Amino acid sequence: MSRTPIGMPGLRPGIGNLFAEEKFPSAARRELGNSQLRKNLKHATSTIRAKRLAVTGELPDWEELREAGSALKTSVMARLPELLEAFEANVTARGGTVHWARDADEANAIIHGLVTAQGVDEVVKVKSMATQEIGMNEYLEERGISAFETDLAELIVQLGHDKPSHILVPAIHKNRTEVRDIFLQEMPGVDPGLTDEPRRLAMAARAHLRAKFLTAKVAVSGANFGIADSGTLGVVESEGNGRMCLTLPETLITVMGIEKLLPTFSDLEVFLQLLPRSSTGERMNPYTSLWTGVTEGDGPSNFHVILLDNGRTNALADEMGRSALHCIRCSACINVCPVYERAGGHAYGSTYPGPIGAILSPLMTGIEAEENGSLPYASSLCGACYDACPVKINIPDILVHLRGKDVDAHRGGLPSELDVGLKAASWALSGGRRLAAVEKLLPLGRAAAGRDKKIKKLPGLAAGWTQSRDIPAPPAQSFRDWWAKEHKRP
Amino acid sequence: MKIALFATCIVDAMYPRAAQATVAVLERLGHEVVFPQGQACCGQMHVNSGYLKEALPVVANHVRAFESEDYDVAVAPSGSCVASVKHQHPMVARHAGDAALEERADAVGKKTYELSELLVDVLGVTNPAAQLGSYFPHTVTYHPSCHGMRLLTLGDRQAGLLRGVKGLELVDLPEADQCCGFGGTFSVKNADVSSAMLADKTANIRSTGASVCAGGDYSCLMHIGGGLSRQADTIGTLHLAEILASTETEPVAVPGPAGRTVKVVAK
Repeated sequence: MSRTPIGMPGLRPGIGNLFAEEKFPSAARRELGNSQLRKNLKHATSTIRAKRLAVTGELPDWEELREAGSALKTSVMARLPELLEAFEANVTARGGTVHWARDADEANAIIHGLVTAQGVDEVVKVKSMATQEIGMNEYLEERGISAFETDLAELIVQLGHDKPSHILVPAIHKNRTEVRDIFLQEMPGVDPGLTDEPRRLAMAARAHLRAKFLTAKVAVSGANFGIADSGTLGVVESEGNGRMCLTLPETLITVMGIEKLLPTFSDLEVFLQLLPRSSTGERMNPYTSLWTGVTEGDGPSNFHVILLDNGRTNALADEMGRSALHCIRCSACINVCPVYERAGGHAYGSTYPGPIGAILSPLMTGIEAEENGSLPYASSLCGACYDACPVKINIPDILVHLRGKDVDAHRGGLPSELDVGLKAASWALSGGRRLAAVEKLLPLGRAAAGRDKKIKKLPGLAAGWTQSRDIPAPPAQSFRDWWAKEHKRP
Repeated sequence: MKIALFATCIVDAMYPRAAQATVAVLERLGHEVVFPQGQACCGQMHVNSGYLKEALPVVANHVRAFESEDYDVAVAPSGSCVASVKHQHPMVARHAGDAALEERADAVGKKTYELSELLVDVLGVTNPAAQLGSYFPHTVTYHPSCHGMRLLTLGDRQAGLLRGVKGLELVDLPEADQCCGFGGTFSVKNADVSSAMLADKTANIRSTGASVCAGGDYSCLMHIGGGLSRQADTIGTLHLAEILASTETEPVAVPGPAGRTVKVVAK
């Protein structure tokens, strides 16, 4: 993948799986053709939407919780250097080792070094967005180390040689029949009589994974939270695979984005209410694992945490965009997004799909990188994401801000059809007399409409409109004209 | 009360009947309507497409036009354009580093209301049949446009007014809170996703059996109506203002999707 160095001097753009390699509209067009995908997405997102609304609606202080979450994250971003150093000091004091990675390459190299130091060629993994973002599995694979996903959906994706398409439910694009087929083809020692009954599928995965849990010497995890004043890390999950990985192996390597910090342990009170209700639509997730450094005779004796920047500082440097770093990866915005529901996660290219991905990816990589400039346009600005976000990230405003950056980045080049059209419209719509002059042309539109009073085919960019909609013939008279000539004062 | 009408560019040029109906409703309540001649557009097409520099003269023009006239409140038959005036105009001025314009835009925004907001909150319309003589003997479903619903939090105001129209039967629209897929230039830049959203919206509208889909924004109604027309459907689209203005003596015609007038059958 090519890397375009951009951004403020001294800032290092994010690399790894953060790129749309194809412009969103064309990727979306291809995905829209997959009717199975659309059916799965419609079913899954509408189910999870209803669950989320039920459990957020029952809390009388839900809006106050959102305010608190947003305020806490704003404070973390304002104090990030100080909190990171406190976190490092506390992890170190409790027997852990802290590493700093400026980008995906540095993080992967650190992980590789730590794994090879243990003399193993296998690691087990807790589901983690950070390791997806840096492409860790592929990096290790190329160097002879197998990383086994232990989350059921991640396992499905991995066995299917596929990419996740959702941050919470990575295999949302697969239905259970497709899952059974993947297991039959790819899972060693699987029962050839496996059916697509969910319980049977889960049991097959469990048998496959148990062996890995019991033999793995090294585990890699992400983190939902890092507590600055204690050095504690936290992972929330549903299946218990995370608990196994976090407690059984001798060595634990945790990769955490620098924005995941919370100032104090008591701040978890807010986030452990916001996260499960917003993500799985549960009052509480089944497993919450919290650990602090190393405890003799209890859990991994060799603990490392890698603090990952990979473009987060770039996002932080953007005054309008920095609140995107408040994201706690709950996926509520993805589940309510009408564009995601139809295009699916793969259309976004990046590890982060949906509304949050459409702002986070270009903020981390720079708007000019690859085709990430097309991502902020992947929204009708309906605002459902902002309403759903538990930490109140104003995604529509940031989308508009990033569209502005994209337009500005292309100024000075050959003007596009839209550039020309909107420049002309800017003139015409900057004065009542100008608009009145343009409205004198309305009869031309009436002539173009023909006998059935419909305009059915337009050229250029407007052909996008007429591919599925007509335009009615314009009126004989504008309102302005009617007002001046015919309106009788009462 | 002296009320300044912001017609909005799309209504001025394409759907003048929504602005005429707005004038009729306000005058029926005994208010004086003025039309600031310098007005043109709120500029949200430019803002939402990322052309903030090009939006600036459009925003400045709107502010100038609505400062030039003496009035108590301004009103527009559009949630989206009002949200732009209130939220985007100060932002565009700030982006351009024009603090004075930002302050002026803010002042204009504070005096600007969406139609149902003005009718319900300021003018105290609780019973359109009694207060306005509103009469529309048809089955209607209602699409609450995203910006009215989420940016202005209009809640039940528009649907409540429709329910108070004599003869009107309001049927719930399934998945009403889902965007119709318009989104300004989104409809052409991401035409395929937009069309897929529209197809679901029109299918839901059809499932209600209503003869009219009402709304408070002609931008969304142009999109929905354009889709219904292409699908050769006979369901028409009407603005809330047109339905409120309709009376027993002067009923509004129920338009077919292409502006074709369908025979009105009173119930």
